[in-house]
Amino acid sequence: TALSCFISFSFQQRIEIHKLRQGDNLILGFSIGGGIDQDPTQNPFSEDKTDKGIYVTRVTEGGPAEVAGLQIGDKIMQVNGWDMTMVTHDQARKRLTKRNEEVVRLLVTRQSLQKAVQQSMMS
Amino acid sequence: MSAAMDTESTYSGYSHYSGHSKKTHRQGRDRHKSPRSKDGSRSEKSVTIQTPPAEPLLGNDASRAEEGQDDNWGETTTAITGTSEHSISQEDIARISKDLEDSVGLDCKRYLGLTVAAVLGLLVFLTPIAFILLPQILWRDDLEPCGTVCEGLFISVAFKLLILLIGTWALFFRQPKADLPRVFVFRALLLVLIFLFVFSYWLFYGVRILDSKDTNYQGIVQYAVSLVDALLFIHYLAIVLLELRQLQPMFTVKVVRSTDGESRYYSLGHLSIQRAALVVLENYYRDFTVYNPALLTASKSRATKHMAGLKVYNVDGPGNNASGQSRAMIAAAARRRDSSHNELYYEEADHERRVKKRRARLVVAVEEAFTHIKRLQAEEQQKAPGEMMDPREAAQAIFPSMARALQKYLRTTRQQQYHSMESILQHLSFCITNNMTPKAFLERYLNPGPTLQYDRDRWFSKQWTLVSEEAVTSGLQDGIVFVLKCLDFSLVVNVKKIPFIKLSEEFIDPKSHKFVLRLQSETSV
Repeated sequence: TALSCFISFSFQQRIEIHKLRQGDNLILGFSIGGGIDQDPTQNPFSEDKTDKGIYVTRVTEGGPAEVAGLQIGDKIMQVNGWDMTMVTHDQARKRLTKRNEEVVRLLVTRQSLQKAVQQSMMS
Repeated sequence: MSAAMDTESTYSGYSHYSGHSKKTHRQGRDRHKSPRSKDGSRSEKSVTIQTPPAEPLLGNDASRAEEGQDDNWGETTTAITGTSEHSISQEDIARISKDLEDSVGLDCKRYLGLTVAAVLGLLVFLTPIAFILLPQILWRDDLEPCGTVCEGLFISVAFKLLILLIGTWALFFRQPKADLPRVFVFRALLLVLIFLFVFSYWLFYGVRILDSKDTNYQGIVQYAVSLVDALLFIHYLAIVLLELRQLQPMFTVKVVRSTDGESRYYSLGHLSIQRAALVVLENYYRDFTVYNPALLTASKSRATKHMAGLKVYNVDGPGNNASGQSRAMIAAAARRRDSSHNELYYEEADHERRVKKRRARLVVAVEEAFTHIKRLQAEEQQKAPGEMMDPREAAQAIFPSMARALQKYLRTTRQQQYHSMESILQHLSFCITNNMTPKAFLERYLNPGPTLQYDRDRWFSKQWTLVSEEAVTSGLQDGIVFVLKCLDFSLVVNVKKIPFIKLSEEFIDPKSHKFVLRLQSETSV
């Protein structure tokens, strides 16, 4: 179990997104879903259907998120140091769209990454 | 006269009816009818015994000669075969003889029971009065004077007897509606109980009071009052045993008619088999559609066609192997590729289409006919006195325009024997009188109704026999099957017990109804 904890910890990825200015807004170029006030069973990306974390549901093409390497289905664990695993949907949105921040540093975890490393470890 | 009648070899059924329905004796015309097949004609099948003597049964020459209306009938008559209108079939003879012999036997039994009960009832009613009066008559001078107490008791006896009389009248004085094969057990028990009871009271009275000439009149009157009280309680027992016990439903019976499979379910309480049969029959006349033998001919002809194509020849010698033969026939019939299912399907589809077409024509014809009639209001009645018709005349006026469509429809649905022209006219004038719409008029003809709707002659089901493996006075149990047979068909009755129902409760606090929203929103950032 200590080994598995170490393994899951290392599957996280840090992504740095530079916001794009569009008119009066700063956009990141992706959509989020989930939150502790939402229905976790309807989340198509989560492995555990009781997981109420924030997931990336869409990434716009050519947007800042795609350029930075964010992929659809990623679970966002932290935003600029703020924890995102136990927040409501609206709180998550607010933390991502702070007007005075131009760069957001996300800590994401990804299932495809986990599976690839698991397979390589087993073989 | 005879020449004119001679040329009337065929004529429409309607012109014949105006005479036939009034039963005037135009025997000459009747004899000149060509023989008709049973199904094709719409005229009444006059097969009952109580036709007037001028319409004789087969070959009764003497009465015909007596009337002396048409002397030349011998030369001008066409041959009357067995299927003409004035013959009766073998079935009808059997039915009539059975009716005659049964009615005599059962009546005796019924009247015997009634007289016994009536005599006993009268005796019982007069007993308290006798108890009170006999001391007064026999040893009046020795009696102790008994003032207000006795008078009060007299009043109470009088009123209790009145109540008993009214109660007995309400409970027992009814037209018997059926003849059951065995005696009604509870009633017999009650009669025996009452008899023993009154007998023992009389015994006591005779020994202790009459013989010893008791002088305590108040005691005697109180004895009579106790008798009346006990009689009232027996009356209560009678109500509970005869009326109340079977009210609560305990069994569900399924009744299936053997000829066409029509079935119904009824709920019954604790009854004996014969009384349950009575309930089933009473409901049969109301709920089941009328038995129509004409509808069964199709399946019978199919059945004969199945086995008609096969014949068994015994080539091995004269050994009579009957069961082997029949088994061989069944096996061969099963292997044969026959297309009777195809025939059945197309025949039924065709028949349905024909019925629907005729029905549409009928509905249109009737609607059109009804538009010709208008009801006159009271004020208008004085203005146009010449053309006013009563309902019967109005019905006769509009009937011809719909008659043909109606006749064709009835023929297609094989109901033509159930409706004579007279009954149709009566129904039409009834509908006109009561302001019914064409659809209400047609309701009776479009679908076959219950047996009660039709004339008694057409019922096919008047004499019933109860066939049962258990004694008919035993009570209903789960799984009992009995059969009610009449001459042409039978009703198979299957009894099932209503299951024991276990009902439990669950309390829901009205404040416990709470809900949450289950969202899955997506926000773009």
